Amino acid sequence: MGWETWIITTLSRSLAYGTPLLLGTLGEIYAERSGVLNLGVEGMMIMGAYSGFTTAYITGNPWLGILVAAVVGGAFSLIHAFTSVTLKANQVVSGLSLTMLGLGLSGMFGRGWEGKPLPATIPKITVSGLSKIPFLGPIFFEGQNLIVYLTILLVPLLWYILYRTRIGITIRSVGESPATADSLGINVDRVRYMCVLLGGILAGMAGGYLSVAYRPAWTEGMTAGMGWIVIALTIFAFWNPAYGMLGAYLFAALYHLSYRLQPWVSPELLKAMPYAFAILVLIFVSRGTLQKRMGAPAALSLPYTRGEE
Amino acid sequence: MKRRVGFKVERRPVASGRVVFFVSLLAILAALVVAGIFFQIYGVSPIRAYQLILRGSLGNRFGLAETVRRAIPLLLCGVGLTIAFRALFWNIGAEGQLLMGAVAAAGVALFSGLPGPLLLPAMFIGGFLGGAAWGLIPAILKVILGLNDVITTLMMNYIAIYFVEWLIHGPWKGPTARGFAYTDTFPRAAWLPTLYGTRIHWPTLVLGLVLAVVMYILVTRTRSGFEIRVIGENPNAARFAGISQLKTTLLVMLISGGFAGLAGVGEIAGIHLRLLGPTHISMGYGYTAIIVAWLARRNPLAVIVTSLLFGVIMAGGDVIKVSLGLPFQLINVFNGLILFFLIGSEILLRYKISFFLRR
Repeated sequence: MGWETWIITTLSRSLAYGTPLLLGTLGEIYAERSGVLNLGVEGMMIMGAYSGFTTAYITGNPWLGILVAAVVGGAFSLIHAFTSVTLKANQVVSGLSLTMLGLGLSGMFGRGWEGKPLPATIPKITVSGLSKIPFLGPIFFEGQNLIVYLTILLVPLLWYILYRTRIGITIRSVGESPATADSLGINVDRVRYMCVLLGGILAGMAGGYLSVAYRPAWTEGMTAGMGWIVIALTIFAFWNPAYGMLGAYLFAALYHLSYRLQPWVSPELLKAMPYAFAILVLIFVSRGTLQKRMGAPAALSLPYTRGEE
Repeated sequence: MKRRVGFKVERRPVASGRVVFFVSLLAILAALVVAGIFFQIYGVSPIRAYQLILRGSLGNRFGLAETVRRAIPLLLCGVGLTIAFRALFWNIGAEGQLLMGAVAAAGVALFSGLPGPLLLPAMFIGGFLGGAAWGLIPAILKVILGLNDVITTLMMNYIAIYFVEWLIHGPWKGPTARGFAYTDTFPRAAWLPTLYGTRIHWPTLVLGLVLAVVMYILVTRTRSGFEIRVIGENPNAARFAGISQLKTTLLVMLISGGFAGLAGVGEIAGIHLRLLGPTHISMGYGYTAIIVAWLARRNPLAVIVTSLLFGVIMAGGDVIKVSLGLPFQLINVFNGLILFFLIGSEILLRYKISFFLRR
């Protein structure tokens, strides 16, 4: 036990805790890149956590739990897509109500599910051989689960799609200038629906990961503001999946480091740390009012109607 | 010859007050119908449930009093939020501002040593400043650094929650609280009077009603009200007209945060008489007030009506729990549904759909 073990534990835990943050951030990056601000991440996550846990409990199959969490998160996001894309409603308020609805529904149906143990959770794996690599081995290849790796693999994939493929150009053009995209024959509404759906699926998975793998249990409101931190991370990442990964793991590391202050700081104040970090992180990337929208899609949170504006 | 029903959709220039009223009513009814499905899932007839809720919240003296006492914090927070939303400042932080108002007032009540008659006024001033300070931080961060207001106000809620937790577990934990996590009971002079036999702390109610009227005058009759509207509706025009974004944003958040702080004073000086756990102080008033302000279409006077409506819903939550044995979270579902149908139906305010017969 020494400094090395200490750093290894912290980084390994950061990888585990950063996974749901990263999943959520990747999804929100896609939604916002298409021009739809979805403040319902917290609601979609908690619905994923609830449905994932109950599915895993009833069927005994944790993977099925993750799958159902993704489906429920996706289905839930379509409500926001419908109000904000089809009905052109205010996206801030629509996202807020999605969060309220998700917290309400999961709290209501989740009563009686608290404190129940899962028969099986997502197994932790150790990659034999690789785990023997000094320092990096125990961080990356010991005690993590498959979702952690899949999430990391998603980053280059989603980055490539966004910046190097036709689909990516289409998404970005819809988020920057929907009128231009429309005049080029792109179906703006369909692109936005798809991106919001992807965001919902990933947020649902993030919730499922929390309740089935990370801490296999259900508690009301267990996402505890993680969905809002995701929204902050999306801005921190300048809407780029690669920076999203950096932000999510950095945030997770800060979160775990703050617990090292335990002997000196009272537990209540420690719990407030992540939220203060979220604000600090945003202050850090802000470069004054002049560049405040740097990297933000130009049409973010603006509904599009053909022939108007 | 067959007749078919057709319809056409036209853009509406400005929706009249009557249209707004009926569309809002429609949204609430739609939310009631969908929420009815959940009552049915729990094996309770929705009609019977709504009857019980109405009888429990409006049908007797006790229920009515509970409805009004829940409406008081919603009124104060809601009036403040209409001002912030008018300037398109997304203050989602009324919950935290309410708590910080409560903290400041509790500090005054417990430690200021002010003589009797001065204590309550000092608590209200302290509470206003506490809430306003908590609201001004995100305002400054938005104007100076361009930080997203939704996120900062929300994060400040969580920070306020844990700050209160820390106070009542740590430095402010009452020596006479026998191990419980709350402060000592306030001295008598710090108790707000209540209407006989109820928990309606009427001075806060009167304050809320007066502020609703004052804010209505501010937004409709004064230059500041005009500037707030221009900033919200057309920020570019505001810049050309020389309206200061900094000054206006600070003003709206001084009001919005301050009023939420006043609501916090009312809750602890009128109901609990000590500082205690954040979920006991507020029960989500700050979040519900967002719906209250939105349903009022950002009109401070209309908040008087909408806060009462949500007072009924919150008092109905007790009925749901006690008489029907259903989870009280049903209320949160119901609130979420109302907000959804409310903004979903706004398209009916922008477009007119008329039906006609055609051959």
